[in-house]
Amino acid sequence: MSALSVRALRKSYGALEVVSGVDLAVTPGECFGLLGPNGAGKTTTLKLCLGLIEPDSGEIELLGEPVPRRAREARMQVGVVPQFDNLDPDFTVEENLVVYGRYFGIAPREIGTRIPALLEFAGLAGRGDSKITTLSGGMKRRLTLARALVNDPQVVFMDEPTTGLDPQARHLIWERLRRLTQEGKTLVLTTHFMEEAERLCHRLAIMDRGRIIAEGSPRALIAEHIEPQVLEVHGPGYESWMERAKGLAPRVERVGDTVYCYGEEVEPLLKSISGELSYLHRPASLEDVFLKLTGRDLRD
Amino acid sequence: MRWFSVWRRNMLVWRKLMAAAVLSNLADPLIMLFGLGYGLGALLPSVEGMSYIAFFAAGQLCTATMFTASFESMFSGFSRMHGQKTWDAILYAPLVIDDIVAGEIVWAASKAWLTGSTILGVAVVFGLASSPWVLLALPAAFLVGLAFSAVGLIMCVLARGWDFFSYYMTLVMTPMMMISGVFFPADQLPAPLLAVAKALPLYHGVQIVRPLIAGGPPPELLLHLAVLLAYAGAGYAAAIYFARRRFSS
Repeated sequence: MSALSVRALRKSYGALEVVSGVDLAVTPGECFGLLGPNGAGKTTTLKLCLGLIEPDSGEIELLGEPVPRRAREARMQVGVVPQFDNLDPDFTVEENLVVYGRYFGIAPREIGTRIPALLEFAGLAGRGDSKITTLSGGMKRRLTLARALVNDPQVVFMDEPTTGLDPQARHLIWERLRRLTQEGKTLVLTTHFMEEAERLCHRLAIMDRGRIIAEGSPRALIAEHIEPQVLEVHGPGYESWMERAKGLAPRVERVGDTVYCYGEEVEPLLKSISGELSYLHRPASLEDVFLKLTGRDLRD
Repeated sequence: MRWFSVWRRNMLVWRKLMAAAVLSNLADPLIMLFGLGYGLGALLPSVEGMSYIAFFAAGQLCTATMFTASFESMFSGFSRMHGQKTWDAILYAPLVIDDIVAGEIVWAASKAWLTGSTILGVAVVFGLASSPWVLLALPAAFLVGLAFSAVGLIMCVLARGWDFFSYYMTLVMTPMMMISGVFFPADQLPAPLLAVAKALPLYHGVQIVRPLIAGGPPPELLLHLAVLLAYAGAGYAAAIYFARRRFSS
């Protein structure tokens, strides 16, 4: 059985179709990433899966429950980390967990026994009495994550879990999310950080304009969609160099004043670089796949 | 009973900030009660067979209940829904928007009831009411609270910004207070204004509470109850309708 399965999902707002026929299957215990540029329909898809909004058509099954018809029952076993923190500013750290547990019908005494572990998980041991306004961005994010775990969920949905965090805070969140997958929890996250997706996700789907345009493990996606080597070149004379490079590499792209060359083998290209040109030679990454599939146009 | 966890959340916050909340909900109406009641009352022999301050106490009880219910459901409700996104967080749990609407309305009515019943207690302590009939003003105050909380929550889920509430307060609540028999008997009004007053909930609240404070059963009680219940029921249904619409997009 899938933890989450979605078939032919569609949702429009007015004339704009935000989700245009999405199919997904998330197996229990995996970390599944939904990638896409802004406005791709990731958040809407997540909200549909949670039964927070009604689809126009399609089928959703979350932990064996049909959504949205039995979304409430499904959500008993689900945790959610939203894109923007919505901790209760009127309560302390600990009270946030207790009050949130009540929404699941969990008695304060039962939550009380779990609070030390939740605070430790959030890296907030000893901060139970702190006010929310005194927490840093990273602390708030970790508390939101701990709050999503009060009901010991089987599946945790996360909408851009590390957006806006500094590298230290981000790495700590990643470490915690890996710990969750090791404990057997299923994670479904949206992100537009390729590094995050590459590090965390067992499998991912790239979404653009309401559709899934590619799906697979990070490595498989790189192998399938892009040449393994990348050479980025910029500096005076890059235009004339680019003309020569076109004969040496299977795919050459220019973005602004930088030339991107993709290929199996970039030695001949490296040898051709001379003068004041600067270059960066690196292996292809998920970001290259993402940009190839979704284009380089800005999405505001 | 899922709505109860929403009620409980608001109650826990209120308990933390109780001193300020109680002061703002009670000090204003009580200052007005004694200021106007004794000040104006000294000029007036009696109104409808009661001392002016006792007459005004019934009106002030209902008005203060209305204001507490409306402020809580509109301003505090909007802050939780829009500013803090508390409702969004609750919706990830196994609650739906209907539960939140019910919890918010009953909470605002509870807080309003506390205002109304405290004013009643003060009226009793100062000897403005002494018959056992006055105890029935307690459930009446809760019903007034429910009616105004339900209407206030409609405003809350329709609002796009804070300014929206000024229209309701200035164009609806303030005129309603003037024509509902709070400060003077509504019978003195021109017939069309009286007809408007009778279509609004505050008038009916006052018509229930005033006889109880005077020490007898309210005439036409069922009619007054029916109007207040209708506002509470229809307001609840409309608030749910508009809340679902707001949260489905």
